[in-house]
Amino acid sequence: MATVAALSSQPDPTVDAAIAVAGLVKRYDKVTAVAGIDLEVARGEIFGFLGPNGAGKSTTIAILCTLVKATEGSASVAGIDVARHPDDVRARIGLVFQDPSLDAQLTARENLTFHAMVYGVPRSERRERIDRVLAMVELTDRADAVVMTFSGGMKRRLEVARGILHAPEVLFLDEPTQGLDPQTRARLWDHLRDIRQATGLTIFMTTHYMEEAEWCDRIAIIDQGRIVALGTPDELKSQVGGDVIVLQTDDNARANGEIAARLGVTAVVDGETLRIEVADGAAFVPRLITALSMPVKTVTVRRPSLDDVFLKLTGRAIREGDADGMQSFMRAFAARRG
Amino acid sequence: MVTQTTEPVATPTEPAAAPKKASHVRVSTAQAVYIIWYRDVLRYGRDRTRLVTSLAQPLLYLLIFGVGLSSSIGRGALGGSGAPSSFSYIQFMYPGIIGMAVLFTAIFSAMSVVWDREFGFMREILVAPISRSAVALGKALGGATQATIQGLVMLVFAPIIGVHLSVISVIEVIPLLFVLAFSLSCFGVAVSARMRTMQGFQVMMNFLMMPMFFLSGSLFPLSGLPAWMTVLTRFDPVAYGIAPVRSAVLGGTGLPQPFVDRVAAVTIGGHAVPLLLDVAILLAFGMVMLGVAMRSFRHRD
Repeated sequence: MATVAALSSQPDPTVDAAIAVAGLVKRYDKVTAVAGIDLEVARGEIFGFLGPNGAGKSTTIAILCTLVKATEGSASVAGIDVARHPDDVRARIGLVFQDPSLDAQLTARENLTFHAMVYGVPRSERRERIDRVLAMVELTDRADAVVMTFSGGMKRRLEVARGILHAPEVLFLDEPTQGLDPQTRARLWDHLRDIRQATGLTIFMTTHYMEEAEWCDRIAIIDQGRIVALGTPDELKSQVGGDVIVLQTDDNARANGEIAARLGVTAVVDGETLRIEVADGAAFVPRLITALSMPVKTVTVRRPSLDDVFLKLTGRAIREGDADGMQSFMRAFAARRG
Repeated sequence: MVTQTTEPVATPTEPAAAPKKASHVRVSTAQAVYIIWYRDVLRYGRDRTRLVTSLAQPLLYLLIFGVGLSSSIGRGALGGSGAPSSFSYIQFMYPGIIGMAVLFTAIFSAMSVVWDREFGFMREILVAPISRSAVALGKALGGATQATIQGLVMLVFAPIIGVHLSVISVIEVIPLLFVLAFSLSCFGVAVSARMRTMQGFQVMMNFLMMPMFFLSGSLFPLSGLPAWMTVLTRFDPVAYGIAPVRSAVLGGTGLPQPFVDRVAAVTIGGHAVPLLLDVAILLAFGMVMLGVAMRSFRHRD
């Protein structure tokens, strides 16, 4: 699986990437928002940009969407250079902003019709496409209701529907589930994955929700304008030291000796339990159990979270940026800081 | 519990699953103008209360101001010697109030640019693969359409005011109102494109719109004014919109044409500005403002 290649894997230049970024730098008067980013996202991938606000993820997404010009470096989306042909890029991307950008006085269908017209969807295809995207996000029965009457989750779903209406090659989502309750968030993710499954769309999203990042195929953790880690959620978590196995037997001391002798790893005695750190806990447990001569009373495998990864890589918890996180990326770069 | 496997969520990397090429074509500038215009008109049509309430202010001026001043000024007092005795202030003022309805509507519909920005829809427009200039022009035409309709609706009060409109004067008035509406709409969009907040726009507009209204000759003739005011009125583009409208509205009433011309026309250095020059001045102002508006849109975000 090319898209979930190992951490060390180099992007293959022969792959026709959905997004390719090289040496990207964005400097404002005194602030360097993006300090040299290299990145390649394969077609059909769900790629997450994870980091606190002010880390540079919003500026990067704004450059990719042609809303901001890079100071140095190059970026292409759907194979098209964002600096040289911004209009061609815009025609091939869909955007879902953190803040609503719907016309609340128009109906769902009218909002979609406007979008279809602006993106040049032929009149003969409009109706069918609008019906299809409305069905995808389960808003068919509200198609002719004025958007003003919609809940926050419905508005976001409508925006996702609008974002894919013109069959873009890449869908950008900036903090797509910000401010939604967990149930609505999970449902939106179901929709996004269904859409990806159905259309092969590439999804590029920013988030500072760790849980959300777990749903991505690959994640880049960005801090102070640089990518500090890049890989699948599992790869990133394995950077912390893999899984933690907590084991309890009738004779922990003897078990400890057997583990060291037969499996070559060191366990730590922690009260009534033994703690073992291994790269791949799921694969290690069967070996562990067959290696031991005594019955195992309990065994649990705990996996490090992305919070642990971020903390380890940056020395800070991601939530510190939350106050800024309430800003949309448009406002964020209007204030000249990504 | 143990397994959060690395099962990759069926990433379609095979060419077969690649996104199908979008079948759309890029919209032309003319189409883009139409789409932006269409949305504004759609919203205007939906908002029926606005059509009614926006008539309230001109009506208030017309009925209270007009009736009040007509009584105190008396008939035949306007237009100097040779004024027909049947001609009252309210009849003089009526075309000016039509112009007022156009002015206010044009400016307030330009507020939708600020409104769209505040409620986020402007982002949907700005990231679309359409020309920014088309957005500015579409907005200006949308406002112009609304303002023209509001101005035309004012014509239904003609019988009450004692102005008898001929078909010809109505036909003349439509394009004249549109030119006024379009120029003022361009001005409104030029201002609103630079405004960040609704309050800012309203303050700005009160500083610009009210003087433009008062100096336009809507409420009083532009002749025989103090020198400083004469100069100011000649710099008010609205004056060149009111004059032809007044001429057309009053022209069909049976009043003597020389009198109508005298009471309606803007004079510069003692010479009456002819109709075509009025229109040209107004359009020139509109074009400059449209240029400013397009520039602001292009350089935004």
